[in-house]
Amino acid sequence: MRMATSAQSPSWRRAGLWMYVMAVIYAAISLVPFLWSIYTSVKPTSEVFQLFAPWRTLTLSSYTSILQNFPFGRWFLNSAIVAFIVTVGNLVVNTFAGYAFARLRFPGRGVLFYVFLGVMMIPGQVVLVPIYMLLAHLGWIDTYVGLTVPFLLSSTMVFLSRQFFLGIPKELEEAARIDGIGHFGMFFRIMLPLARPLLAAQTILTFQGNWNSFLWPLLIGQTTDMYTLPVGLNSFYGQYNAYWNSVMAGMVMLTLPMMVVFIIFQRQFIQGVSQAGLKG
Amino acid sequence: MSVANSAAERVTGRGRRIRWSVVEQALAGYLFILPAIVELAVFLLGPILYAFVISFKHFSYLDPLDSHFVGFLNYVHLFQDPVFLRALWNTTVYALVVVPVQTAIAMMLAVIVNRIRGKTVFRVIYYLPSITSTVGVAVIFSFLFQPNGLLNRLLWIVFHIQGPDYFNSPIFAFPAIMAVAVWTTAGQFMVIYLAALQEIPEELYEAAAIDGAQGFAMLRYITVPSLRRTTFLVVVLGMIGAFQVFDLVYVISSASSLPQQYTMTVVLDLFEKGFRTMQMGYASAMGFVLFAIILILTLIQQLWLGREDG
Repeated sequence: MRMATSAQSPSWRRAGLWMYVMAVIYAAISLVPFLWSIYTSVKPTSEVFQLFAPWRTLTLSSYTSILQNFPFGRWFLNSAIVAFIVTVGNLVVNTFAGYAFARLRFPGRGVLFYVFLGVMMIPGQVVLVPIYMLLAHLGWIDTYVGLTVPFLLSSTMVFLSRQFFLGIPKELEEAARIDGIGHFGMFFRIMLPLARPLLAAQTILTFQGNWNSFLWPLLIGQTTDMYTLPVGLNSFYGQYNAYWNSVMAGMVMLTLPMMVVFIIFQRQFIQGVSQAGLKG
Repeated sequence: MSVANSAAERVTGRGRRIRWSVVEQALAGYLFILPAIVELAVFLLGPILYAFVISFKHFSYLDPLDSHFVGFLNYVHLFQDPVFLRALWNTTVYALVVVPVQTAIAMMLAVIVNRIRGKTVFRVIYYLPSITSTVGVAVIFSFLFQPNGLLNRLLWIVFHIQGPDYFNSPIFAFPAIMAVAVWTTAGQFMVIYLAALQEIPEELYEAAAIDGAQGFAMLRYITVPSLRRTTFLVVVLGMIGAFQVFDLVYVISSASSLPQQYTMTVVLDLFEKGFRTMQMGYASAMGFVLFAIILILTLIQQLWLGREDG
């Protein structure tokens, strides 16, 4: 009887006031820690524990100070270089493999695919010790090679790529083949242009994962010059945790670029995560 | 579904052979997959085998010549080692608290966000903590949770309660870490729920509405049961992540004056044993115990989902 009153929007579809209240409260819980930290980063040291610092005292000096007196610039660069290489590498390795699993027939394909599925559940920490030893043996500790080359494969992304390529209609492939296209032309000229959403999701998720990665760079980057931003911020925080404004300036340097990327590409981000989540 | 796919492939595969030779196609396949195989072999399968072997050895990187097989001794010692047992206990508590709480919050947020105006904005805001570096998160909350930090100031202003020094308190340190973990991951699982909500057929709600159901009854009898599969996935993924917790506890506990036992977790213990005291055989054994836990969780997921499908 109640539903009859709402032709365009049935009652179970309409949001109650309590929903908005809850939504706003949780939005505050999500946002306030960031805003408070950003606010702290522009307070002078003497005002850090004051709830509200006078407007005139707000300053960017924490930022100039950490950039001039500490290698935050270098760490930022390291993070950017490492995340870039790892992302490009992953795009190539995972997309190639996903394509081969989906569209090419070769002996051993089934077995190999199960191997890839199987390793998805191995936690990376199991190989912490042997990979460290391998990198030490190769002389890759404390180098960009060591920070990037071991991390160019993601079985989850191979799996997602395979799913994507399985969904491309056969007719398209056959039409291209009549035109006499080769295997590589098929991949680069026909499939890749179609795979833009896949590549976007993969780029974003890989870049984010690597930009934020901590355990491996902590182990592999050993001299201050080879720290990535998370490792550098952790070490800075360990030594100068009384200077909360500087610590927070470092935190902003670490998190703000990712947030900007996220806000610009939020659609692709969220599509990627829900795909990886639902299929993984 | 996969059966149908491969059947379709077989049918069209016959046509394909006319123009593309089998050999050529296989070669292309191997070429495309080669980089992944090399990565897999060198940086995953090889190291796993090696880790498996040294988990049965007394092995220290400081003195590799002194290595010798000790059978299951490393594994036996693990379960007699009070530090590891404490780490295992803490991690289990962490998983059993964090996962249900984050799952409940994630589902609730998804249901709310799905209905209100400004969906995109709220979704972005809720997801922000999940894209933030855990080191950044640890630093943010170390400051908020200072004895005279924002949280305690608010507690004082609103309730006149004097809050503790969270990360230096034996009682509050670990719960505070768990709270931060929930804050970080709830948004991520909300996104998965949000995608799943779109799959629930509208007719279910319409039928329930005809039967007179509204509001919470809809939630209880339609939404929550329809999300069963997703909930199971979110719980298992959450558990797997929870058992691997490291970054947060590492950053917070290195800055804390608290004895490590209060915040020790399995991966933190593995890291300490492997790279501070250099007991690498022992650390590898620890890695395999972690692997076993995760394997069991994954198998439960597969079995349960398999039964659901059948």
